[in-house]
Amino acid sequence: MTATGSATETRPGGRVGDRMEKVDAWDKIHGRFEYASDLNRPGMLFGWAARAAHAHARILSIDTSQAEAIEGVHAVLTAADVPGRKTFGLEIADQPVLAMDRIRYRGEAVAIVAADDPATARRAAAAVVVAYEELPPIADPEQALESERLHGEQWQDHGWHEDRRPNVIRTVVVRHGDPDAPGEVAVSGVYELGRQDPAFLGPEAGMAIPDGEGGVDIHVATQWLHQDLHQVTASLGLPDEKVRIHLAGVGGAFGGREDLSGQIHTAMLALRTGRPVKFSYPRDESFIGHVHRHPAKIWAEHRALRDGTLVNVRMRLLLDGGAYASGSPAVTFNAATMTCGPYLVPNALIEATTVYTNNPPAGAMRGFGVVQSCYAAESQMDALARELGMDPIELRVQNALAEGDVLPTGDRILHPLPVAETIRRCMALEPPEAEPLPRDPIRLPGGAGNTTKGEGIRRGIGFALTYKNCCYSAGYDDYSAARVRLIDSGADVVAEVRSAAVEFGQGLTNVLIQVVHTELDVDRVVIAPASTTLDSSGSTSASRQTWMSAGAVRLCCEALREELDSLGGRLAPGQTIEVERVYRHAETSPLDPDSGQVLGERSHVGYACAAMRVVVEVDVDLGLVRVVWIGTAQDVGKAINPLAVEGQIEGGITQGLGLGVMEELITEGGVVQNASFTDYLIPTTLDVPPMDIDLIELPHPESPYGLKGVGEPPAVVATAAIASALRDATGLPLPRVPVRPADIALGR
Amino acid sequence: MTLNGADVAVETDPLRSLLTALRDELGLYGSKNACEQGECGSCSVLLDGTLVCGCLVAAGQAHGREVVTVEGLDDLSDTHHVQQAFADAGAVQCGFCTPGLVIATVDLLRRTPRPSDDQVREALSGNLCRCTGYQKVIDAVHQAAEAG
Repeated sequence: MTATGSATETRPGGRVGDRMEKVDAWDKIHGRFEYASDLNRPGMLFGWAARAAHAHARILSIDTSQAEAIEGVHAVLTAADVPGRKTFGLEIADQPVLAMDRIRYRGEAVAIVAADDPATARRAAAAVVVAYEELPPIADPEQALESERLHGEQWQDHGWHEDRRPNVIRTVVVRHGDPDAPGEVAVSGVYELGRQDPAFLGPEAGMAIPDGEGGVDIHVATQWLHQDLHQVTASLGLPDEKVRIHLAGVGGAFGGREDLSGQIHTAMLALRTGRPVKFSYPRDESFIGHVHRHPAKIWAEHRALRDGTLVNVRMRLLLDGGAYASGSPAVTFNAATMTCGPYLVPNALIEATTVYTNNPPAGAMRGFGVVQSCYAAESQMDALARELGMDPIELRVQNALAEGDVLPTGDRILHPLPVAETIRRCMALEPPEAEPLPRDPIRLPGGAGNTTKGEGIRRGIGFALTYKNCCYSAGYDDYSAARVRLIDSGADVVAEVRSAAVEFGQGLTNVLIQVVHTELDVDRVVIAPASTTLDSSGSTSASRQTWMSAGAVRLCCEALREELDSLGGRLAPGQTIEVERVYRHAETSPLDPDSGQVLGERSHVGYACAAMRVVVEVDVDLGLVRVVWIGTAQDVGKAINPLAVEGQIEGGITQGLGLGVMEELITEGGVVQNASFTDYLIPTTLDVPPMDIDLIELPHPESPYGLKGVGEPPAVVATAAIASALRDATGLPLPRVPVRPADIALGR
Repeated sequence: MTLNGADVAVETDPLRSLLTALRDELGLYGSKNACEQGECGSCSVLLDGTLVCGCLVAAGQAHGREVVTVEGLDDLSDTHHVQQAFADAGAVQCGFCTPGLVIATVDLLRRTPRPSDDQVREALSGNLCRCTGYQKVIDAVHQAAEAG
């Protein structure tokens, strides 16, 4: 097996702050980088899952005999074959490894097969006969709160707010100041967001290889090797040391690989057959094989004084968690604590509730609950500005959070937070002049498909502001371990970094190399492959991995410097020294379950803010949209690799644009209707405008080099900013995203 | 067929896709499989010099013809500046779409050596990328055009 994930720098010497090309770019450009779906090994079998045909049903019987009889089929396994815990899950183990008695969403795995080739495996999966008693699906989250329970147990023993309504996964309530405080002016609205899919291009894939001694090695594209490990070993009924999980090349993630896909399945098949087993989801299976962003409905009321000072924010969020919990509890927490946006809000009443339904499971996706909050809260800020007759930018500056302010959770902003500066810097970016008509149709809303001469086009400018927490919160023991080995070969001095932190394209490998070159005088840095044979680095998610693993590697380098000093400043030829260090960020505390007030000093470690300005053109007759330009200022603390930071911001904006105007995984009765790139549209080169980016580098005093996570804020703020611009162009309320052509053309 | 300059014989079901033949029969994993319906462009290859999706061409259609995949670009004279530009511009993140984008860029610059921004956007609109937002991809194409 090729050791994927290892990397050696191509142009040595980049330090923190340098613009560096990605060390793995050259292999990727040449098609040599091995992704999980490229794994192959002589004698391997192919795994496939038979998936439920209904959104809600009872299983009456499963007959695998026809599948087993197909030539080339080596194993057909069902729930009875799961050796250990029959369920798994990121936070709550509520999802069957293979369905037992009840189906809760269309597409959950019922049986798995291993066969000689993918076509036979697929045919065998289709030959598994399952008899169902269909049940009416609960597809509406509001209905779920009054329906029968989809799960026998209610998961309530977590020290969370007590909410005994049916199908509640978690409710977070935040009461701050006087939640009934009146203002002089009030605006209210109801907002909805459709279901966005992470839609990474590299499918779920991996390979399990039995070690011949009852254990197994799993090579897989994932976001947190150790979180996978604990779930896999529990369901395999094996001790941790019998299973090793290795990072295979990851083709994008965006939160959608925090949950397991085929890890347990392929390991079960490999252990049963004694042969390597590969899995790789086709696109339609990928769309139902990973979690989505939570669809949401949000009721909001903002109260203010006539001079624009915010008095009270009251918001209720109902998130559709789908059939299983996945990351819903933490998403609910995030949505509730970040709800109001980066404004000083003296009184608040917030309730965020996530419910089980028979829709596909929702979980982590870039922005993690804050995308939904931001769209509603920023729509409200625009509405409030209109009501007050104020400039919407002035309104935001007037209420902008600053160091020392207290959030609705009682968290105090302990460090400089450049909210007002971010707004100012964003507003200093100049949008382009309106382009005259007639023009090349490629630059009309709808592109060459627009049949008009542009007579229905209206231009609009919008703005939105957000902040996003960095790292894990609420008392979680969040850490990252790393080892650095210093080797004097006689010819050169090499630093080898060993870390289980996942690189999935964002550029972590470069960050670790840059840290070493900043801290140590070495000729070369080598990054070893990531696996669970090392201690955990935590998840590559939550805007945390650069912060946490740069922190861990820097601690290692500092320890190596001390050791070198004791050795007279340098190694002897042939000498090697190695250290391991664990980095932890400052301690956080959970919220009081009833008041939602933080029980310690803070519930979040740090915040990064972003402001965005968007120009759109809308053909109001046809409902077609062209995003013309986007300008953004983002608080990044310190840009470790500005080239990669810009790439994160541009990519994040594009995903936010997708949710704003085109991306929605549509379900009917819980059944996904558009599981393909033909029908689920993600932005192309023709949908994405030029972007101007201003990086604000105000160091966070506690993070390594002052850096902040950069991947999430642009994805959070873009959807809200685009909706703002579309409202400016059309004068319509547009209370739902994605904004569809009919919403504009029919004015709804 | 001629594959990346060498004569290659492969025995396969002629109705399987060229992409499947390249990956599963010939072990060339550089062309990526991300949608199998010609929407994403990750499997782009050149067939007799024409840009095609490997997943939409039957293996039998490649019989007797010339196929160039991302693995074969090093051997051509007009591709190195494209590869270099993608690295320099920061156009690669997860990289799954990159082989297809590089092939599509080579094709574009052969037809249009100094493309306008609109021409770049139109030419690459069949290649989905979920990571970059395309800005640095478009930068890379312009840089490659200048270097070429």
